[in-house]
Amino acid sequence: MSSEEETAITVEQLKGSEILLNGLIAEGVETIFGYPGGAIMPIYDALYDYQDRLKHILVRHEQGATHAAQGYARTSGKVGVVFATSGPGATNLITGLADAQIDSTPMVCITGQVFAHLLGTDAFQETDVINITTPVTKWNYQVTDASEIAEVLAKAFHIAKTGRPGPVLIDITKNAQLQLTAYNGYQKCEHIRSYRPAPIIRNNYIEQAAALINEAKKPFVLFGQGVLLGNAEQEFKAFVEKTGIPAAWTILGAGAIPTDHPLNVGMLGMHGNYGPNVLTNECDVLIAIGMRFDDRVTGRLDKYAKQAKVIHLDIDPAEIDKNVKAHVPVWGDCKETLPLLTALVKEKKHEEWLEKFRTYTREEIEQCIDAEINPQSGELTMGEVINQLNQLTKGDAIIVTDVGQHQMVACRYAKFNHTRSNITSGGLGTMGFALPAAIGAKFGAPEKTVVAVIGDGGFQMTLQELGTIMQSGIDVKIMILNNQFLGMVRQWQELFHDRRYSFVDITSPDFVALAKSYYIDGQKISERAELKDALKTMLDHKGSYLLEVMVTKENNVFPMVPQGCSVSEIRLK
Amino acid sequence: MESKLEKKEFNITVYTENQVGLLSRIAIIFSRRKLNIESLNTSPSEVESIHRFNIVINETEEVVRKVARQLEKQVEVLKVYYNTNEDVIWQELALYKVPTEIIAEHVSVERLLREYGARAVVIRKDYTVFETTGHREETDALVVVLQQYGLIEFVRSARVAIIKASDGFHTKLKQFENREPGESASENEYLNNGDKVFTM
Repeated sequence: MSSEEETAITVEQLKGSEILLNGLIAEGVETIFGYPGGAIMPIYDALYDYQDRLKHILVRHEQGATHAAQGYARTSGKVGVVFATSGPGATNLITGLADAQIDSTPMVCITGQVFAHLLGTDAFQETDVINITTPVTKWNYQVTDASEIAEVLAKAFHIAKTGRPGPVLIDITKNAQLQLTAYNGYQKCEHIRSYRPAPIIRNNYIEQAAALINEAKKPFVLFGQGVLLGNAEQEFKAFVEKTGIPAAWTILGAGAIPTDHPLNVGMLGMHGNYGPNVLTNECDVLIAIGMRFDDRVTGRLDKYAKQAKVIHLDIDPAEIDKNVKAHVPVWGDCKETLPLLTALVKEKKHEEWLEKFRTYTREEIEQCIDAEINPQSGELTMGEVINQLNQLTKGDAIIVTDVGQHQMVACRYAKFNHTRSNITSGGLGTMGFALPAAIGAKFGAPEKTVVAVIGDGGFQMTLQELGTIMQSGIDVKIMILNNQFLGMVRQWQELFHDRRYSFVDITSPDFVALAKSYYIDGQKISERAELKDALKTMLDHKGSYLLEVMVTKENNVFPMVPQGCSVSEIRLK
Repeated sequence: MESKLEKKEFNITVYTENQVGLLSRIAIIFSRRKLNIESLNTSPSEVESIHRFNIVINETEEVVRKVARQLEKQVEVLKVYYNTNEDVIWQELALYKVPTEIIAEHVSVERLLREYGARAVVIRKDYTVFETTGHREETDALVVVLQQYGLIEFVRSARVAIIKASDGFHTKLKQFENREPGESASENEYLNNGDKVFTM
């Protein structure tokens, strides 16, 4: 027998679908969120034999799969994986892809596609998924031959999780899934010629940044999700503690250092804390770390921190100077750049400057927070519910929020003692995010208490995922804060549209009965006296639980930077 | 001093992998920002397997720099440069189809060819096709002349441009092929030296 013949015999022949599943296992994937259909059936058929190695969670809608994968990725730090079929299955992924793209969440979506010979013929359930998903993916690729699958999958994982993470989509035609091809094993991808996940760190910029920081009288740190994505929490803590600089967070940066840390001065942005917003326009050096100066953070750009020298640390070169001009750019992974910077900065305490933040905090508590979390009479407020939840969970729970007033209230009043414990849709603001994301969050961190805080509007957008909770038997606490309105829109209508409440009055079903129809226990409360016990019942309950809390209807979230205003024009009422 | 806020023509050069779908990904970067592409040409570069896009837009440098960064962020894009017209040598090709009979009767073809640097590509009984290459105003000038003589059809190619200060892409490619790219591959001196060619 010739050596060529020997090689031919030893090379394994596998179907494309099997190669894909082997690749997922090699990438360390344990959990997949998905929904089967005609064009992805060969992959699901193969999955039948891989159930001992790959856990598949059957969602009720493909959008739910993407949000679950996001929740999973955000709590676990791993890549979220999604399966969906072609056409409508694939288009249902768009919202989740866009959300993951803007919030830098690593995700690999595998979609089935019609047979290659049918591409472009308007075949049954055919859509041009590559072109549809191009603007909302970090990278996408259509596979039409099984021999491409292993290499493309390896590339997909490398792209999704490195540099600034993001969603990747692989569209695989049905023939490629079915096709037998030689399989030489799975090689992880470590380098792509045209892909540069992290720029080289330039010491001269680190030195310039350190010099600015050392000379600063009123330095101020803004931190975002980049700290979490870079697993740089310790490096970040070391930097702020050595420099003694007050630090404020974007909603995706929450938890990078504990809420109660003495240098954590609160939340930035439209509904952030008073001091961090006002003092942004007073600091002399602004150090932005792993955040992208979103418009919800900056307000009016032409009046944003004009007096400050800006140092911007970011792994994504395109973020530097995009919105706010940086005087010193520090390109790179903050896990690597922060220790270099910390080594060069002087140990300091900015006590007088910090006291300014504390003064504003006292004013905010007096004028705004006290009334919200300790109302003396009347209906329940969202703030007091979150505050009570906080006291019971001691800041150790993972809080997954939907989008709207409750989201801002939860971010403001929940305490985050741990990293990766605030899961929310930050950039896209996707209503319907929380319920499926909480499912994923629980799979990503099964040892943690996961509480989904959801408004009555957002819950009705993806409530079908109660079915996923029921079938997978996981323990997710669902707390609906029901104000019988699309609250944030109503707030804007009140403040900026003369109280013309155009289509924000939303009627809800009996949520508790609905949950019970999915065999999920629950209760509804509306009295302050019931709150603590109801929360304890929810948290102590074995398994999932739905608590509906009726809250005051026309409560507003303050402070607020009205749109088109500068951050220092933040209103306390 | 020239204002950075002034709109002018910029030549964006994009070096990419040769891959299906990349044109669409690149075009979206512009269309999403409602930026009109004046001219787009894609062709192989001097390096095998590397393609080169020449894109012309009329915009401020601020906008062009941000677009260049978004382009360079795409996985299959190796490198992006942007240059003003003064920084490049550029040409466009134009074809003009005119009725042979009229041209022969009324025009001194020899003079036409000499004055406009034109070349007859096809001469048939019914029509003649001329070709010129040059800058927009040069190719436009011949349109004006030929319109008087029954210009049937006119077409102009996208712009192709060579960067005056470029050493080509071979050296840069070597950096990309190595796992650890060279220092110059990610410089950001433009922040200190804003008028220079943008690279990163």
